[in-house]
Amino acid sequence: MSRLAHLIKKEFTQVRRDPAVLRLILIAPIMQLVLFGYAASNDVRNVPVAICDQDNSADSRQLAEEISQSRYFHLTPMAGDPRALEGLLLRGTVQIGLHVPRDFHRTLERGQTAQVGMYVDGTDSNNATVAAAYLTGLLRARGVSLAERSARAAGRRGVTMPGIRSEPRVWYNQDLKSVNFMVPGVFAMILLVLTVNLASLAIVRERETGTLEQLLVTPLRARELLIGKTVPFALMAMFDAGIIFLLARGWFHVPFRGSMALLFGMALVFLLHSLGLGLVISALARTQQEAQLTAFMVVMPNILLSGFMYPVENMPVVIQYVTYLIPLRYFLQIVRGIFLRGVGVEVLWPQMAMLVGFGVVTFAIGALAFRKRL
Amino acid sequence: MALAVEVSNLVKRFGDFTAVDGISFSVSKGEVFGFLGPNGAGKSTTIRMLCGLLLPTSGEARIAEHDIYRETELIRRSIGYMPQFFSLYPDLTVRENIEFYAGMYEVPRARARERVEELSGRLGLEGLLDRMTRTLSTGWRQRAALATALVHQPPLAFLDEPTSGVDPVTRRQFWEFIDDLAREGTTVFVTTHVMDEAEHCTRLVIMHDGAIIAEGTPEEMRTRYVQNMVEVQAAPLWEALEALQASPLVREAALFGDALHVQLREEVVDPAEAVRQALGEAGVAVEAAECIPPTMEDVFVALARGGEEAVREASP
Repeated sequence: MSRLAHLIKKEFTQVRRDPAVLRLILIAPIMQLVLFGYAASNDVRNVPVAICDQDNSADSRQLAEEISQSRYFHLTPMAGDPRALEGLLLRGTVQIGLHVPRDFHRTLERGQTAQVGMYVDGTDSNNATVAAAYLTGLLRARGVSLAERSARAAGRRGVTMPGIRSEPRVWYNQDLKSVNFMVPGVFAMILLVLTVNLASLAIVRERETGTLEQLLVTPLRARELLIGKTVPFALMAMFDAGIIFLLARGWFHVPFRGSMALLFGMALVFLLHSLGLGLVISALARTQQEAQLTAFMVVMPNILLSGFMYPVENMPVVIQYVTYLIPLRYFLQIVRGIFLRGVGVEVLWPQMAMLVGFGVVTFAIGALAFRKRL
Repeated sequence: MALAVEVSNLVKRFGDFTAVDGISFSVSKGEVFGFLGPNGAGKSTTIRMLCGLLLPTSGEARIAEHDIYRETELIRRSIGYMPQFFSLYPDLTVRENIEFYAGMYEVPRARARERVEELSGRLGLEGLLDRMTRTLSTGWRQRAALATALVHQPPLAFLDEPTSGVDPVTRRQFWEFIDDLAREGTTVFVTTHVMDEAEHCTRLVIMHDGAIIAEGTPEEMRTRYVQNMVEVQAAPLWEALEALQASPLVREAALFGDALHVQLREEVVDPAEAVRQALGEAGVAVEAAECIPPTMEDVFVALARGGEEAVREASP
């Protein structure tokens, strides 16, 4: 067995005996999948809505009925007056309050546009925007048909409502399920989290336990130590990537339309970057605790700025420029592109070029820092 | 005889602090070479430079006939090193640790197994090979570290305070093991701040504040640096100590167990009589006062307290 093989075997033995690392490798990916696949769904569903119906006409009741039947909304008991709506919103009992004024039916009957008040709790702005848009859409559609009917009932004829018909067609993620967006994201994110965390301990742990000194008097070369300290983590990360891929397909039924070889090939390129990042942290940190905290500090903004949860397009322009420096951003675009759109190099080459560039540069810096600290 | 270690004018500075200040010495093959001195004297810094873990600020050194600047690779193959602080993987078993390092030195697998058996037999580690290193007490950890440092049968072994924190019985076994190693042809370079251990060395140097303040065999050390040693039993002991420390004839007086060790100036012809007289004048009852050969501890106390001044005066 070569020195390198001994080194890699030793790393695996140590990982096998460290419950904290085992948890990170075996449980964390599945936990993240469940969290982001189910709980952190961006889909708007069952938004609690309260109606204050002061009109109490057939029209207004029908409107309420329609809202309650929508799977997007959940209608709570009626509110007596508009002030009660405010109370419900304040307490967070409902997210949207709808006020149907007294003259709703009559206004429609006259063929005019009826005003309804919609109060939205914007605390969770993302969710609120989507929910409000859904409800507005529903009201508009309902409004058109109510107006038509009211107009007919009033005996007028020939009134054409300038209704807007739009038929949105959704591509790539036809059911607009956020799970299809999130799960490939987790695939990318877990590689970053896992390898930065593990690699950040690479040298500092040996230094802190005093084993580095014993290791450095042996004929072991710096290059061998570098490989011995990164290959095991890369293997573990790829193992996790495999698990996530299988769960994404088998459990979450995320469509996969692209090339598997390309996906895992790019994952390896991304690992160059994340392992390099970890090595830099490990070289600079004096204690394991410092390394862990730094890793956390590096990983968090990476995830937030990558477009993992919030689209880069929604960020302020200045921040959008910053995201160009986040390799996870390119990797996410590649992973989602391969998963959902089934595209390959012909489309993703700019992102791939950036990722390769960042991968090579970060790993080179990491390797230099590693050598320097030995 | 070929030299295992050859050091000349070795200097190591950390910023403004000079840890090792231009030391020179040499070690012949097959010696048990003692490197003595109090904590902070620069012993570990020197060893770490000789093992290639630390780059000297200036000076020359050759280890196993290889240059420490240009031939680190060759040096690493020829030495074993047991650091001062515990340096094994706590989450590997004793056997895994030894075999891992055998792997680092590219010892063939079968040979590595033989060495594990052999070393564990000689160090009494047989029953502990499959114990997690973390769970061992200090003495057993030190044995495991020694076995690890020697797994590849290096011709030269650097042992940095191998006996620190171990009980007297283990300490004795360690030194027997070191004597055996030397008999088998291994050069042993060992540091300690326990002066009695120096008796086991064939030759030794004493370091103080980054410089070598004394060098020789243990016998030479005792005769050259400390003369006119008297062991005194008296009552009350404290008054006797004060009286002797005040006497112009006394260079050094210190408590040693339930007696006093008193070193008188070189010009005193009958040291025992001089002590009796001094104590008689002070009105302290003397139970016994007789000339004794100094221990290494006496040598060290004399050297460290008197510092370089004592050395200069006493040196022939």
